[in-house]
Amino acid sequence: MTQLVRLFLAVFIAAFGLMYWTSYLNSSHGYSGSDTLTIYNWGDYIDPELIAEFEKETGLKIIYQTFDSNEAMMTKIEQGGTTFDVAIPSEYAISKMKEENLLLPIDHAKIPNLTNIDSRFMDLSFDPGNQYSIPYFWGTVGIIYNTEMLDGKTFTSWNDLWSEDLRNQILLVDGAREVIGFGLNSLNYSLNDTNEEHLQEAKRKLGTLTPNVKAIVGDEIKMLLAGEEAAVGVVWSGDASEIMDQNDKLDYVIPEEGSNLWFDNMVIPKTARNLEGAHKFINFMLDPEVAARNTEYVGYSTPNAEALKLLPEDISGDERFYPDPELTDKLEVYKNLGKKMLSHYNELFLEFKMHRK
Amino acid sequence: MTRTRNLYLIPYAAWMLLFVATPIVLIVYNSFFDVEGHFTLGNFQKFLTPVYLRMTFNSFWYALLITAFSLLVAYPTAYWLTRTKHKQLWLLLVIVPSWINLLLKAYAFIGLFGTYGFVNSVFEMVGIGTQQILFTDFSFVFVSVYIFIPFMILPIYNAIEELNPSLVYASRDLGASPWMTFRRVVFPLTLGGVKAGCQAVFIPALSLFMITRLIAGNRVVTLGTAIEQHFLVTQDWGMGSAIAVLLIIVMAVIMLMTGNRGARNTIR
Amino acid sequence: MKKNGKLAQSYLVVVFLVLYAPILYLTYYSFNSAGTMQGFEGFTLEWYKEVFHDTRLFIIVLNTVVIALLSSAISTILGVVGALAIQRVRRNRPRNTLLAMNNVLIVSPDVIIGASFLIFFTMIGIKLGFTSVLLSHIAFSVPIVVLMVLPKLQEMSPTLIDAAKDLGASGWDVLTKVVLPFLRPGIFAGFFMALTYSLDDFAVTFFVTGNGYSTLSVEIYSRARHGISPSINALSTLIFLFTISLVVGYYFLTRRSSRKPDWGVVQP
Repeated sequence: MTQLVRLFLAVFIAAFGLMYWTSYLNSSHGYSGSDTLTIYNWGDYIDPELIAEFEKETGLKIIYQTFDSNEAMMTKIEQGGTTFDVAIPSEYAISKMKEENLLLPIDHAKIPNLTNIDSRFMDLSFDPGNQYSIPYFWGTVGIIYNTEMLDGKTFTSWNDLWSEDLRNQILLVDGAREVIGFGLNSLNYSLNDTNEEHLQEAKRKLGTLTPNVKAIVGDEIKMLLAGEEAAVGVVWSGDASEIMDQNDKLDYVIPEEGSNLWFDNMVIPKTARNLEGAHKFINFMLDPEVAARNTEYVGYSTPNAEALKLLPEDISGDERFYPDPELTDKLEVYKNLGKKMLSHYNELFLEFKMHRK
Repeated sequence: MTRTRNLYLIPYAAWMLLFVATPIVLIVYNSFFDVEGHFTLGNFQKFLTPVYLRMTFNSFWYALLITAFSLLVAYPTAYWLTRTKHKQLWLLLVIVPSWINLLLKAYAFIGLFGTYGFVNSVFEMVGIGTQQILFTDFSFVFVSVYIFIPFMILPIYNAIEELNPSLVYASRDLGASPWMTFRRVVFPLTLGGVKAGCQAVFIPALSLFMITRLIAGNRVVTLGTAIEQHFLVTQDWGMGSAIAVLLIIVMAVIMLMTGNRGARNTIR
Repeated sequence: MKKNGKLAQSYLVVVFLVLYAPILYLTYYSFNSAGTMQGFEGFTLEWYKEVFHDTRLFIIVLNTVVIALLSSAISTILGVVGALAIQRVRRNRPRNTLLAMNNVLIVSPDVIIGASFLIFFTMIGIKLGFTSVLLSHIAFSVPIVVLMVLPKLQEMSPTLIDAAKDLGASGWDVLTKVVLPFLRPGIFAGFFMALTYSLDDFAVTFFVTGNGYSTLSVEIYSRARHGISPSINALSTLIFLFTISLVVGYYFLTRRSSRKPDWGVVQP
């Protein structure tokens, strides 16, 4: 008995001691003051030096919180209970959040740097007039392949994935819209198609791809492809650029049938407390020099035309990540298909996953 | 027999009401609504389609495999652990690896099992040649067993510790072989621990996710994966809740069945 | 009691090797100057330096430890009370119902627990952060403690208590001098299991945390988007070494002071 009591006493004393230490550290580093700004972003999706610079410039302390999926982020914002001043969701999440009144309008007068953004990326279907969102990064979905492992085989079309000599060589990203989307694209349908016959056709076609699919994975796809676990992957362009940084035998292509064009935009959720600071932060991130440095750090495509001019030619001139307008025209932004259709897409994707070799 | 009122029940019941009953009520409530917020029984109907039934079968099959292999590995480990010199220390050292973050360990396993990973280099060296280990049923069951094994070892270890050694000596003195002693004396008397261990492994194994993607590459789809998808990707909380409700019912049935038999068994 | 033979020893060695293999792997790559978990380029201590300069990460580690210690201690107390309560319910049916209720949280996938707790906490107005995380960790740890303690309680023969009563012990004395010491292995097992659950949990914490509060697993999951940084490997290595030394140190300290090498088992 005494031993039990002693153990529990020790545990409680240790816990309270550590708690005291934490709160000391928190207050001495300014994480618990009132001059704070909470940024809710994907993990490692900003150059940390820029945060420090912003803090110095404005005297605000940034609390950087991260999420790993749009849906999880939306759930948190919807339920409230937490302060988030700026969040960075993807485009389909923005249109959903708009519908559910989770966003506050952005005052363009407070964001003079907005003029730096390429007009191509403004006023898009998911947020007409950019009332609620400001572009942060953009990209595409495409095929990444290892030229050495495939003896110089190249890809131009989605249909190349069905090739016989790719048995057990393909890694797919774990996303219903992406996978069903390229299934539709390979049949020359729109990736926003809601025609049931087309969807079933795409599902049947995807079913015949299973012998080639090694696995359907999440973020670890980058590590796997860079480590040559498989020769081919269907990935987002941002991931592709990271993989190619690690392993230069890989190449990325946007298939000729067209593909997805995605955006991650900055928004001010309804949970915001520091509106002034939120606008300041958004404006800061649009500064050409800041955006250029951020682009070099993150490696995704920047929508900031002025920043693009500051970037070295080997980044800004890379057709794979800054495709010419002719190809860009074939790219489609995901439309918000409504909850019912989205859950149908997921149902189809689930059936595809359950399809055994 | 004392007739004191069951005072312990008050804090426990209050706790259960707040943190178990409320979430269940919320889940059950949710399961009757479709994505657009209308009342429906469709979620349960959808569960009866072949896709979900096969998924249910898969979940049970893999959970069974995981439990069986855990038991197979854990029992001898626990048994021999009780006979080591610093047994308490070794027992703690069995638990310590599970304090390292699961995702990190999963990444480590990806590295170990990969085409150019450690295990394959060993295979290459001894002449077996490179095999696909990652994204197979084998790797999935292996890593799951790895995760759950402490939860199996701990209760069995305790049960063996409890065993009165004189019973073993008596059996030996009466001429029973070591195997006979184990089968007729040791194993039956440690059955309580085995049961606790199996419950602690089987039940969470039913709703495994994460590993299904990281280690099995979504080649194994379990109910847990489906629920996670519905809550985090589709945002179809209704369907996710419906699967959860069915899972809870199945679990309750299993508990009631094994619970009764267990009660009968303990009468000596 | 017999010592372990060759076979037993090599079996245990293999089990421990497998248990620690992923951790060794993580540690190995924490010294990799290439900054990835494949292809070892050269030795570096850079990542360790990075860990020591990251105050935010350190605060998160402290948060994690505080939550783990507090939640497992409190849930152990609650769980023991719960087990005593369940044990005292004599009739089979209500008892099995209680048990089934108890197991609901174990079978429910983390995502569901997390989501329903999130709704629940915001409903009753608990601010997301330390309190909500602590409460939910206690909530999912209590059932596992009950599961660990209950078998021990069932093994205890009622005559033991009757004897104590006959000798004039009060209810409190019976509890502290007879019942709890008997339950000690179960209580320890429950405590360590709860600790394990708490340290490993991601999904529940993710949902119920907020306002700048974070734990290590949540942090690791969100950083994993860009591949796991070796500084996380370095951190895990440090934490691992720290716990190992704590565990071994604690073991030998208590051994020396109490001079009782084994708890409860008679050695021939």
